[in-house]
Formats: sequence, structure tokens, C-alpha cells
Amino acid sequence: MRSWLRQHRRALIAAIGKLAAQKASGVVSALVIGVALSLPAGGYALLEGLSSLASGVALEPQISVYLKPGSTKDDAHALAARLKADARIGRVRFVPRDEALKELKATEGLADVVDALDHNPLPDAFVVLARDSSPVTLAALAAELRRVPSVAHVQADAVWARRLASLARLGRLAVLLLAALLAFGLVAVTFNTIRLQILTQRDEIEVSKLIGATDAFIRRPFLYLGLLQGLAGGALALGIVWLGLYLLNGEVRTLAQTYGSSFRFDFLARGDSSAVLLFAGALGWLGASLSVSRYLLEIQPK
Amino acid sequence: MISFSAVSKRYPGGQDVLKGVSLSIDAGELVFITGHSGAGKSTLLKLIPAIERPSTGSVIVNGQNVSALRPAAIPFLRRNLGLVFQDQKLLYDRSVYENLMLPLSFSNLAPREAARRARAALDKVGLLGREKANPIQLSGGEQQRLAIARAVVNRPAVLIADEPTANLDAEAARRVLEIFVAFNQVGVTVLLATHDLALVTHYGRRVLRLASGHVAEDSAP
Repeated sequence: MRSWLRQHRRALIAAIGKLAAQKASGVVSALVIGVALSLPAGGYALLEGLSSLASGVALEPQISVYLKPGSTKDDAHALAARLKADARIGRVRFVPRDEALKELKATEGLADVVDALDHNPLPDAFVVLARDSSPVTLAALAAELRRVPSVAHVQADAVWARRLASLARLGRLAVLLLAALLAFGLVAVTFNTIRLQILTQRDEIEVSKLIGATDAFIRRPFLYLGLLQGLAGGALALGIVWLGLYLLNGEVRTLAQTYGSSFRFDFLARGDSSAVLLFAGALGWLGASLSVSRYLLEIQPK
Repeated sequence: MISFSAVSKRYPGGQDVLKGVSLSIDAGELVFITGHSGAGKSTLLKLIPAIERPSTGSVIVNGQNVSALRPAAIPFLRRNLGLVFQDQKLLYDRSVYENLMLPLSFSNLAPREAARRARAALDKVGLLGREKANPIQLSGGEQQRLAIARAVVNRPAVLIADEPTANLDAEAARRVLEIFVAFNQVGVTVLLATHDLALVTHYGRRVLRLASGHVAEDSAP
């Protein structure tokens, strides 16, 4: 065990030495990996931010039904009875206009505006929760309710939120596909870097094989080199994403404030950052492994 | 310790370099292998550490059939053999000490023991004090002595040298051969290919003369 650890420590030190000796070419390789990885990592961070924004909105199959101004209590009772009798509707909640005004007043930044009003402009409303959440059912129900004489306006709240959620899902899939595509690129970059390293160390490899080095011994420093290069690229990618979000948040904050929101894009969570690093390291290791397996076989002592 | 049984070697697209060679070398022997250029000396030596594989026949080293050895087992065979080449095969981007540490780095020795062995090997070949030099700064004879130090640093039971004196002047060649003789005197089996018959005669040891792929002469002192 001790000698095994010693062998790995030697290989790691040798890999660090090789990485340091690469100088500009090593930096360029890490930069290529970093830029490539920052695209899906940054896309993921943006989508997470948008998803958190969308998750603040109810995704339940909800329809808001607003009565006409001047509607009587009888109109409200009649509509309530009709809604409760409808088998497609699971739950009905009546929101009196006074309660709606209180809710509006409680909204950040609107208290002064509400106080300035000389009368309550809000109508009585019903919040209807449908049993079926399909957009087609919701749209049909909303259209039917719009035809009720006492109803002024019907709003299917969940539809746009569902669309946003669907877009977020689509975005996540696109990010995954992009990550998979760029992973191939990252493996190819590492494959080529290690190939060049093997070629420049051809003499050393040949002599090592001649005097009894196992393939595992020869392979190990190159695998560590691939791993280190991947990790360096991953760290650069995180740096690029952090910088990008920092710059973006400056503008986002200004925009969000106009909506009375403190929304901003958060940097990747610790777990996600670790996953980016591990993913980059694993791809570097894979690229190195493929390269070493391919080219070490070609070097045979004569 | 080493035996060849009806060994033939044919390179792809070439002629037979060795033709049914059979011989046996005991532990502790010093054997000169002579013959003209192309007689098969280098090929015969390369069959022992499995750098080349025989086309037919078998090569046995320390009871191990090298001809049938799995590729993964070859490094472990080579660690028990000290190999010295005509062109030394040193690493010229490394110091003398680093060249010597290369075989020690995969022998699982503790760093202190490895350093001790490296200094001992340099001492044996008269290069102690030149650890930091680059091999390119050494003379031809010194480079060959460094190659010997690298070959013996893992204390092999067998030393195999292919034309180690080929490019050296008489004095340097004599000094290199003295080192091989000294190792043989402490029990190391030495196989040494050379075409320098004067040196061979001087030491009066067993001589295997190869000619046209056959053992033409096997003369014991």
C-alpha cells in the first residue's frame, strides 16, 4: 500500500512537472477546455435562475375569474354555485374585492399607490382550480367562463408559467446536449495534448520499457496530466461563469428593481461547482487514457 | 541459468538471423559472444530480455520460458536483467543522477535506499561526484560506464551488454571491460557481445562465436 501510494505520488509530481513545462501550450489547452465548459455551465446557471423565478409562480391548473364591476352578491352566488357544480373543477375560492385590495396593498412598493386611490377599482373574483391540468382543458374551461354574462375577464394563470417551465426544460435539455457535445471536444483536446507529450518523451518511454517499467508505470503520469489539465480547465470555466454572472447581474438588478424584485442570478451551488470540476477532471483523464492506450502500444524498444 | 533450445529468428521479410541455436550459460559465467557484423550477436542478446521473440525454439531464463511470456510479465523479467547497449540509450535531458534513478523509480524502493543504491552504483563505475552533470558532458567511456551503473543499480543477476566497447578507445574499452569482470567476480552472470577479438583473448573466458546464424565455436578457457 505504501509503495503504491509512493508510485502515485511520484506520478502526480511528474505530471505537475510536465504541466509546468508545457507553459504557454498548457495554458492554451486549459483555456480551450475552460471556455468550452463555461458554455454549458453558464447556461445551466442561467436556467437555474430562471427556474427559480418561474417556481415562484403557481404551476397548478388555476384560472382567475373576475366579475364585472357593479356585479351583485346574487351574481357572485350564482356563479359560485355554477362553478361548484362543474365536474371539471376541483376547488373554488372566492376573493372579495376588499380582500384583493388588501393583498395588493401588501405588495412591495404598491402601498402608497393603493392609499392614493379614492375607491376600490378591483372586482370580486373566483380562483378556480381545475381537476385536469392539460392546457387544452384549461383553455376550453376559460372560454366557457368568458361567456357567462356576469364575468368580465378570465385569466388562465398557469398557462404562461407552464410555458416558462417547458421552456426551462427545453433549455436544460439543450444545455445537456451542448455539454455532451463539448465533452467530446474536451476529450479530443486532452487526447491531442497527451499525444504530443508522448511523442516528445518517446526516448524516455522506450528506455523505461527496456529497463523494466510496466505500462501502468509509464501510463500513470500521463493520466494525472490529463486529470490536472481537465481540473484546470474546469476551474477556469467556473471563473468565466462567475465573471459572466457578475457582469450580467449588474444589469439584471437594475431591470428587476423596476418590477419591485430583488432577483439576481446566483452562482452555481457548491455541489454543481464540484460536479463541473469532477466532470472536467474525468474527461481529462478519459482523453489521456485513450491517447496513452493508443500511442504507448506504438512505442516498442528495439 | 540461460538456455537456448533450437532457437531460430527470422525478421519479417528478411532472412534467418539465427538458425537452430542451442546453448546453455550457467550462473556466474562471463561469456563473450563474437562474430562478424550480421552474425546474429545482437539478436541473440535481444531474445533474453524478450526485446525480440524467437520464430521457433525456446529461450529459458532462470527457469522461465521467455518465448511464451505474457507481455505484462516482460517488465518484471527485465528488472532482473541489466542491459547495456552500444548506443547507451541514456536520457540527455536528464542529469547523471536522474538517469540512474529511472530504474529505481519503478522498483518500489524507499527514496533513501534508492539514493544510497544510486550513489553506490556510481561509485562502482567511478562516476561518484558527477551526479549533477548532464550525460552529454561525459566522455564516451564515461557515458558507457553510466549505462553500466544504470544496468546494475537494481542488482540484477545477469548483465547483458551489446558491443559496449564499440565506440571507445583502447583505454576506455579496457576500463569498461574491467567493470564487467569485477561484477562477474561477485557472482553476476555476464554476456558480452563484441567483435574485438584482442580483448576477448586477453580475458581468457568462454567464447561463443556466431557465424551465419549458427554457433560456430563454443570454447571454454
